[in-house]
Amino acid sequence: MPDTIPGYIGQSVPRREDKRLLRGEGLFVADIQLPNMLHVAIARSQFPHARIKDIDLSKALSAEGVELAISGEDILEQLPPISGMQLATPPGYQERVDTDIQIPDQPLIPHEKVRFVGEPYALVVARNRYLAEDALELISTDFDPLPPVATTDKALDENAPLLHEKLGRNVAAILHTKKGQGAEALKTAPHRLKRRFYHHRYAAMPMECRGVVADYDARTDTLTIWSSTQVVHWVSREVANSLGMPEENVRCIAPDVGGGFGGKGHVYPEDILVAYLARRLQRPVKWIEDRHEHILNSTHSRDNIYDVEIGFDNDGRIETVVSDFVVDSGAYSPIGAGIAGNSIAHMLGPYDIPNYEASSKIVLTNRTPNAPYRGAGRPEVGFAMERAVDLVANELELDPAEVRFRNMIKADQMPYSVGLTYRDGVPIVYDSGDYPKALERALEELGGLKSIRKRQKDALRQGRYIGLGLGCYVEGTGVGPFEGATVKIDATGKIVVATGACPQGQGHETVFAQVTADLWKVPIEDVYVTVADTAHVTMGYGTLASRSTVTASGAIQLASDQIKEKAFAIASGILEAGEKDLELRDSGVGVKGVPGMHISFRDIATAARPGWGHKRPEGIDAGLEATSYYEPPTVTWAYASNAAIVEVNPGTGQVLIENYVEVHDAGVLVNPAIADGQVKGGLVQGLGGGLMEEITYDENGQLLTGSFMDYLLPSASDVPPITVIHQETPSPLNSLGVKGLGEGGAIAPPVVIANAVCDALRPFKAEINSTPVRWGEVAAIFGDDPFKATSTTTTPEMEK
Amino acid sequence: MKPAPFNYIVPTSIDEALALLEEHAPDARLLAGGQSLVPMMNFRLSRPSHLIDLNCIPDLAFIQDNKDHISIGAMTRERTIEESSLVRSSIPLLYEATRHIAHLPIRSRGTIGGSISNADPAAEYPAALLTLDGEMVVRSKQGKRQIKASDFFKGIMETAIEPNELLVEIIVPKVPPGTGFAFVEISRRHGDYALAGIAAQMTLSGKTVTNVRLAACGVGPCPIRLNDAEKQIIDDGLTEKSIQSAAKAAALEVDPETDLHATADYRRRLTAVLTQQALLKAKERAQENN
Repeated sequence: MPDTIPGYIGQSVPRREDKRLLRGEGLFVADIQLPNMLHVAIARSQFPHARIKDIDLSKALSAEGVELAISGEDILEQLPPISGMQLATPPGYQERVDTDIQIPDQPLIPHEKVRFVGEPYALVVARNRYLAEDALELISTDFDPLPPVATTDKALDENAPLLHEKLGRNVAAILHTKKGQGAEALKTAPHRLKRRFYHHRYAAMPMECRGVVADYDARTDTLTIWSSTQVVHWVSREVANSLGMPEENVRCIAPDVGGGFGGKGHVYPEDILVAYLARRLQRPVKWIEDRHEHILNSTHSRDNIYDVEIGFDNDGRIETVVSDFVVDSGAYSPIGAGIAGNSIAHMLGPYDIPNYEASSKIVLTNRTPNAPYRGAGRPEVGFAMERAVDLVANELELDPAEVRFRNMIKADQMPYSVGLTYRDGVPIVYDSGDYPKALERALEELGGLKSIRKRQKDALRQGRYIGLGLGCYVEGTGVGPFEGATVKIDATGKIVVATGACPQGQGHETVFAQVTADLWKVPIEDVYVTVADTAHVTMGYGTLASRSTVTASGAIQLASDQIKEKAFAIASGILEAGEKDLELRDSGVGVKGVPGMHISFRDIATAARPGWGHKRPEGIDAGLEATSYYEPPTVTWAYASNAAIVEVNPGTGQVLIENYVEVHDAGVLVNPAIADGQVKGGLVQGLGGGLMEEITYDENGQLLTGSFMDYLLPSASDVPPITVIHQETPSPLNSLGVKGLGEGGAIAPPVVIANAVCDALRPFKAEINSTPVRWGEVAAIFGDDPFKATSTTTTPEMEK
Repeated sequence: MKPAPFNYIVPTSIDEALALLEEHAPDARLLAGGQSLVPMMNFRLSRPSHLIDLNCIPDLAFIQDNKDHISIGAMTRERTIEESSLVRSSIPLLYEATRHIAHLPIRSRGTIGGSISNADPAAEYPAALLTLDGEMVVRSKQGKRQIKASDFFKGIMETAIEPNELLVEIIVPKVPPGTGFAFVEISRRHGDYALAGIAAQMTLSGKTVTNVRLAACGVGPCPIRLNDAEKQIIDDGLTEKSIQSAAKAAALEVDPETDLHATADYRRRLTAVLTQQALLKAKERAQENN
């Protein structure tokens, strides 16, 4: 494809977005001020599980500045719940994966019972947020507490109370799949190893919480919604359905969005409620989620228990992996079986393993709903699998790196058919890459395996505990079903692009300008990109699941191809040259090899205009404008190897990360600086989860971490030295050669830290099989006396 | 996350503030740097009827050299203390404690009086003042009281200040020659409240320890003076073994609780490790100053 020879692609073009963002000129939902605007405050359940007997709004309604107060009963007739089954599994999926899926609906405001701490039960609309919150305190309630289903264990007990009586069980979905002999293969394996692994609950925690502003125009019966979301088209579709309006009349815009990471990747009750209130009150309405609400109410993630059994031979070659895992889905499951489906599909990672069997239950509990967060099922399964690989190595007294090399798929095995089905219904084929090389490079960056091991031994003699942690993964990226784009060239000759991609800080305006500029061979300044606005492209999917560079670029390319065909036909007529002799050049079309024979896009667009003066050949429609929907054949496979050196303080158990390396392959990098930032940002979130970020509930289902005093996000000063190396193997699945990279960074750090700490504490045969890695627990491994292990004469190795 | 309604009053003199306090106590709250109170109000956990803002009383913000002691006005910003050469040379432990307080923006707003009156169990200043043998000057319309640090901190966020009293000044004795000090702590993140922290100050005469004071924060309802650990050092000097014994004694005399961030046992362990660190560092500095 000569049209796509890199020009801007591959360059670290400065981000267009930064001009406004760095000068404080960004526009976030909270910045939107409209005349006459009203403000919403939401009453949220303090109970994990309770029957709503009565909600009395009368005092709130008569409070100062209050326009409206409603509870679930008031909207029961008007607003349907968010359907649990809207994300159907595609045809083909069930052929390889046994599914039993019954996702419960989520009421916008429940009227019968509340199912998690933070679930809305009423709201107040008032002149300002202060008055609205004052009025919330005047709502009197009569709730009948029900026994809480605080854990998945309790939920699966046959006598457990039901969260959703209609379902008849506390299980939203059951998945099962098998490759080769599955569990049968354990019987013939020379060695077997069985462990339970737990990946704790933590959450996306974007810098900007969610927020919605809606404005209804009665004259045209249209709604405009500004939402801090990753999925504008989904929001407008749900609102249109709920309010009985055509989608065309519901415009949703995500202005600047301060992070999403998956937590803003689906429609929330507030998106619909605020739109409803704006129409009902015929006034602009604003709801801004505060941090406390965000922690209570925006989806959490992870929280999986894995029971894994591995069969392997004397050389450490893994013969089978058997996994049975439980996802604590909380009270609802907004993305259905997506997380567990991802986990099942990604467990075998970069390894050539002939047999595999996985079963999963997505279990409903009285916790905040669980939805994908950067990694979406991969960090969880990666923790189980990569810990297990280290344990296999320990069992055979082999180096964990060596066991990985022995099991890895080699570059010459590509494309490699895994023998499983992806959640898009297509059999999984790893398309490209060199997995062992990525691991080799990561180790080299840390000085090479031999020198690391020598250093570790020397350190131990001085009473210092240094460990190497490894973590490898593969990641299906650029998932469908589709993305949309509209491309236009108007009579100014500028190229205007709109896509359904919906960024939250990723730099889409820059990246898609680079892609478009190269497709059309124009200066990037002549490309105008609009994102996250349903008015500009009819159908879109959104930015999540490491997909936009792949899918939106594909859509831009398809739409461009359509217009190019027209532009060439018109140019051919004007230049009196055959279309085969034409090429894109100098912001227009020219005759190959004839410098003077050229027509600019401005002139082509003018010629293409409808009307008397047009210069279109017969049979060519007016206008240079096309909308296309790219439906990727399936995902393209990114992968990475992570390696880190840590030092553990025997007195305090503190884990100091000396250096962290990720060698990542996302194919062709459109913008290396942005790609670097993406992977690093993900790594920091992964490290946060590995060491400090944790959502904690007590045994009664009460949330204990309701603010940033208790939920610890890493800040800049907590970030260790990080090196990201990009190993670029172009994807064979799309003409740009791109793969997705949004999530990758966040996948491996928890297991890398756990592996590194266990490696450092090898003399104690330490096993850390759950996250987060806690200093206190690490310290306890050294024994009760904090001074013993530091003394050079009493290290366990010396005692031997 | 908006506060409940309150009346906001801005006195410009100490007398005016005392009159307002007399009138509105105990439902009024005093606003110093606001770094703890404002979030509590936004959560509606604190709901004062009146908020008396002390930020416009110039007489409450000063650092004064008074021969054998330093006087610090209650509304002196933590950042001002951190930057004061007088503090650094005369009561360096207070400087080092300040460096551990949160982050620069918080220190730029937070005040020493606010921190001490708030008396968070993990706060640095209370432990530092206990070690430095500081005294608090409180005033009410009825008069003035001076309270020693050892009598001042009563429990979790509880002090000897009466509802109608205002903390106006903190008095800290200058350290004698031959003195070394250290403030060490461990927090889960840079700038967080300490899981455990130790303040140490010791004076050497030649090789003899003539005085040693140790206090811990984050490991009890309020700062805890580590008497047994001190005694260990006075009795056995500063050998590796006696320092370890002192550290272990310290771990036994604190009273930590288990919370989301650490178990009580882990906090005891940290107390031991930090006591050792603090003693070693203070010893080294004392020797340098000898």
